[in-house]
Amino acid sequence: MAATQEEIVAGLAEIVNEIAGIPAEDVQLDKSFTDDLDVDSLSMVEVVVAAEERFDVKIPDDDVKNLKTVGDAADYILKHQA
Amino acid sequence: MNSTNGTVVVTGIGATTPLGGDSASTWEGLLAGRSGAKALDGELFADLPVRIAAPAAVEPGDVLPRPLARKLDRSAQFALIAAREAWADAGFDGPAGADPGDGAAVAPERLGAVIASGIGGVTTLLGQYDVLKEKGARRVSPHTVPMLMPNSPSANVGLEVGARAGVHTPVSACASGAEAIGYAVEMIRTGRADVVVAGGTEAAIHPLPVAAFANMMAMSKNNDEPEKASRPYDTARDGFVLGEGAGVVVLESAEHAAARGAQVYCEVLGQGLSADSHHIAQPEPAGLGIAAALRGLLETTDLKAGEVAHLNAHATSTPLGDVAEVKALRSVLGDDLDHVAISATKSMTGHLLGGAGGVETVATVLALKNRIAPPTINIDDLDTEVDADVVRGEARALPEGTIAALNNSFGFGGHNVVLAFRTA
Repeated sequence: MAATQEEIVAGLAEIVNEIAGIPAEDVQLDKSFTDDLDVDSLSMVEVVVAAEERFDVKIPDDDVKNLKTVGDAADYILKHQA
Repeated sequence: MNSTNGTVVVTGIGATTPLGGDSASTWEGLLAGRSGAKALDGELFADLPVRIAAPAAVEPGDVLPRPLARKLDRSAQFALIAAREAWADAGFDGPAGADPGDGAAVAPERLGAVIASGIGGVTTLLGQYDVLKEKGARRVSPHTVPMLMPNSPSANVGLEVGARAGVHTPVSACASGAEAIGYAVEMIRTGRADVVVAGGTEAAIHPLPVAAFANMMAMSKNNDEPEKASRPYDTARDGFVLGEGAGVVVLESAEHAAARGAQVYCEVLGQGLSADSHHIAQPEPAGLGIAAALRGLLETTDLKAGEVAHLNAHATSTPLGDVAEVKALRSVLGDDLDHVAISATKSMTGHLLGGAGGVETVATVLALKNRIAPPTINIDDLDTEVDADVVRGEARALPEGTIAALNNSFGFGGHNVVLAFRTA
């Protein structure tokens, strides 16, 4: 069953917390992975791979660069999840 | 070059070892004659001929924040913990350039980092290979390369303190840590830096390196008595016990240390270096290469053989190596060897490979500062070929007045490094 946007943001928050140590409640739609959440380009790959697994979605490398904010990622997953 | 007149001093120390999570607890363990060796549990080790090692007393993951620790190989974790201790011990607060305004800081352009390991990020490499086989390429961590590269501990310590004068990683197997400290001395002597954070680290307690070392017949197989397995100079010695951890010192030009009012543990006189050119993994049995390194040290520094009161020996507990080292010492120091209190601290810490030179430098510096030589444990029957004054059983006081100490490290490949220190 497809996840809702709320569930996706909650899932991303858990992932970002695990990888970057940012408190889950700080992971909001408007937050930039790089500028606000201490996720550098290498850690972003980890976030993407963890999100792919969790939400059963493929996020090609070419699309990763467009995912600047948590909202970008949540929208992408919402649209592309199986 | 050692011939330049710039004096280099030790102003900070840090360690995390099989005996303790910092330099104070490590020193306490050494003086108490405590062994850090244990049985290796876990089914991965169950079928190995060697099932003992000396793991770090404090898990680095319990010290470092998780988001940081997960991006660092275990060897870099140890290095960072030891470097943080040494950096704070030297009186620095925050990265270079963060001058509190009293001139106590160092400029990033005048700060270096030289941290070595013998093997590099081997547990990361093997762990990610397991991920590749079991879960596929997509799951291989994007941090793998910066974690496994041998310069990772050095680079991460450099990032931590803000070193811009140069970040280096000499690699010479079990001589790596000592070579790093020698390299750092040269950085200061040649004017490239005022302060250098230097040392060695290793984290290789994994079934593959253990199996490989065991098949070289380099490791003790005394699985039933881990604490007795590392026994340098004893007739029953049968190889080393693998240890892990890191030892780091802050080296500084004497002028810079004086200008900021830093504490000074001791002077670093310099190093003697040589290569055996004999065999890839066997020591040259007469200790000719070791002797050459020691002679070089005496020729290029103002160290007098008669000043040497203490030696932290390489002595890993192998049948050939321990004796070759003593032969070399006798051939160069002659009768002066009789007043050198020799400690083989690997009897307690195990052999930290590239970390050994770092940890044993910390031990040597503390021996000079406290004027006490740690014991060598597990000598029940001293090998008659060990014609030297080994500190057995209990720690021993060192003489008053100006005294010097040596720290030996030798590595597979025939690398020989002798470091020399003198009371300030």
